[in-house]
Amino acid sequence: MFIVEDLQFHYQGGPRVLKKINFTLGDGEFLAILGNNGVGKSTMLKCFNRIISPDAGRVLLNGEDLLKMPLRQVAKRIAFVAQNVPNTQMTVHDMVMLGRRPYMRWGFTEHDHELVHRAMDRLRVSEFRGRFLNQLSGGERQKVMLARALAQEPKLLLLDEPTSSLDLKNQYQVLQIVKDICHETGISAIVVIHDLNLALRFCDRFLLMQEGEVYRYGEMDILDREALLNVYGVKGEVRTVGNQKMVLVDEEEEWL
Amino acid sequence: MDMNSEKLPLENRAEYHMEEHGRDSLYCRNQRRSVAFLILLAVILLVSAVLSLWAGSYETPVGELLRGIFGQASDEKINIVVRNVRLPRICTAAAAGAGLGVTGCILQAILNNPLASASTLGVSQGAGFGAAFAIIILGAGASGSGIGVSLCAFVGSMGVAAVIFALSRFRQVSAESIILAGVAISSMFTGATTLLQYFADEVELATLVFWTFGDLGSTTWTEIRFMAVIVLAASLYFLFHRWDYNALQSGTETAISLGVRVRRLMIVNMLVCCFTASTIVSYIGLINFIGLVAPHIVRMVVGNNHVYLIPGSFLAGASLLLLGDLLARTIASPVILPIGAITSFLGAPLFLYLLFKGGKQKCS
Repeated sequence: MFIVEDLQFHYQGGPRVLKKINFTLGDGEFLAILGNNGVGKSTMLKCFNRIISPDAGRVLLNGEDLLKMPLRQVAKRIAFVAQNVPNTQMTVHDMVMLGRRPYMRWGFTEHDHELVHRAMDRLRVSEFRGRFLNQLSGGERQKVMLARALAQEPKLLLLDEPTSSLDLKNQYQVLQIVKDICHETGISAIVVIHDLNLALRFCDRFLLMQEGEVYRYGEMDILDREALLNVYGVKGEVRTVGNQKMVLVDEEEEWL
Repeated sequence: MDMNSEKLPLENRAEYHMEEHGRDSLYCRNQRRSVAFLILLAVILLVSAVLSLWAGSYETPVGELLRGIFGQASDEKINIVVRNVRLPRICTAAAAGAGLGVTGCILQAILNNPLASASTLGVSQGAGFGAAFAIIILGAGASGSGIGVSLCAFVGSMGVAAVIFALSRFRQVSAESIILAGVAISSMFTGATTLLQYFADEVELATLVFWTFGDLGSTTWTEIRFMAVIVLAASLYFLFHRWDYNALQSGTETAISLGVRVRRLMIVNMLVCCFTASTIVSYIGLINFIGLVAPHIVRMVVGNNHVYLIPGSFLAGASLLLLGDLLARTIASPVILPIGAITSFLGAPLFLYLLFKGGKQKCS
C-alpha cells in the first residue's frame, strides 16, 4: 500500500508547486498522473523517491516513511525510469546491472547476476545484452531501462513520461509490459503521461492534477466532460469505441 | 517482484548463462576484449619502464640494469645510475601519469564532460601561479625545485579546487558551467602569472620557465613515495565508487533513484581529484593532456564502464607519461627535452585524432 499525505513542495524562491497532495494506491495497481504541462506532475513523482526533497508531508510505502529513510533503502523499494533514456557506450548487461547498485557492497553476487538475467529475459532484451546502449533504438533502450528498474526488486515503479519519444508500437509494448508486471507481481506503478488514450487503455487508476493540487482521483469514470474542461481546457468526452475507452475532443471551432 | 521464488541453483548458473542464453557471445567477447586491453596496457607499461631503464647516455646490458635495481650490478656506476637517476625518474613518471590519467577519468565522469581534466579546470594553472609566486615574490628555490615552490604550487591549485568546490556547493553550478568556470579561472591565473613574470628578473624568469616545462628528474624518493601513496589511495577510493560513476551516466535523477548521493559524490570526488592532481603538479610541474587523452584512449576500447575505465586510465596515463619521457630523453640525446612540452606537443594532435576518429563515442 502506497500512501501520500499532505505532500508539499516549492522550488527555491518560487511559488508552491505541490499543495497538500493526498492519495492512496493499492498493491499491483497502475496509476496515471494526468494534467497540463507545469501543474507539478513530474515534480510530485520525483518527491516520492527523494530525487527532490518535499517541504512537508509523508510518503508511506507498506507503513514505512520514505522521507525518513536513507536514500539507498529508498532505492531498494522504489525504481524510477526517467524521461530521457541515456545514450551511453555501456552494454545492456552493465546498464541492467546498475539496478543492483543499491544492494551492492564491494561487488555483485551470484544472486545479483541471476536477477539481472531474469529482468533482461522479462523485458526480452537478453539477446542484445552485449551491445552498447548507443547502438539500440529508442524503444529498445526504454525496455533496458525497465529491465534495470525491475532488477532493483522494487515495490513501486515510477515512470516519467516513458512513451514520449517512442513510436506507436513501442508505446503500446512498454505500457503493456508495465501493466503485466503490476498484475503478475503485485508491484504498483505510477506513470506521468500526456496521452489520455494510452492512460485509459493501460492504467487502473487516474489522478488529475490542477495547479499543484489533486483535482480528482479514482477510476476511469472521473474523466468526464467537466474534468476535461477544467483540467485541460478542452471540450470533449470519453466514449467507448469497440471495447476501448477513448477521449474524443469536440470540433475545433467549439473549443478554440 | 517475486524473482526469488524462481531462483536457480547456483551450480546451474553457468549452464543457465551459456545454454539458455546462447546469445551471450557478444557480451563475453566485449568483456574479454576489455580485460585483454587492460593486460595489454600493463604490458606496455612494463615494456616502457624497461626501455626507460635502458635508454640513456650510459649504455649497459638489460640484465645488468635489472640487477642494478637491487644494487647487485657488477659495475657500481650502474647501481648508482639506476638507483639514483633512472629508477626515481621511472617511478615518478609512472605514479604521476597514473594519477593524472585516473583523475582525468573521474573528473570527466562526475562533471559529465569529456573535456574535464586538471588542466581544463584550471587546477594546473593555479599550481603554475603558486610556483611563480614562490619563485618571484618569495625568492624560493633557485633551481625551481625547492620545497617552497612545491608548497606554493600546491596551495595555488588547491585554491582553484576551493573555488570550484564553492561554486558547486554554494552556487549550485551545473557540471557544464564548472568547465566554463575552469576556462575563466585558467585565464585569470595565466594572466596573474604573466604579470608576475613581467616584474621578475632574468634569473627568476628562467627558474619559473624551467618549472613550467615540467621535470621528472628532480623528485626525491620521499616525494615519490608520498605521491605514489596519494595516487594509490585515490585510485582505490575511485574503484570503490565505480558503479556510482556508471549510474551518473544515466543522469543525476536516475543516479539518485539508484541510491547515489550525487551532490556529496561530486564534491568529495572533486576534492580528491584536485588534491591528487595538485600534489603531482606541485612535484613535477605542468604536464598537460595526460589526464585528457588517457581516459579517451581507454574509452574507445572498453566503453564507459568504469569497472574497466578506471584501471585502464591508470595504466594508460602511466604508460603515456613514461613513453613521453622516453621520447624526451632520447629524441635529442644527451639533451633531455622538457616533458611538459612533449606531452602537449604530442597530446594535442593525439586528442584531435581520437576526437574525430571516434566521433560517435563520447563520455555520456
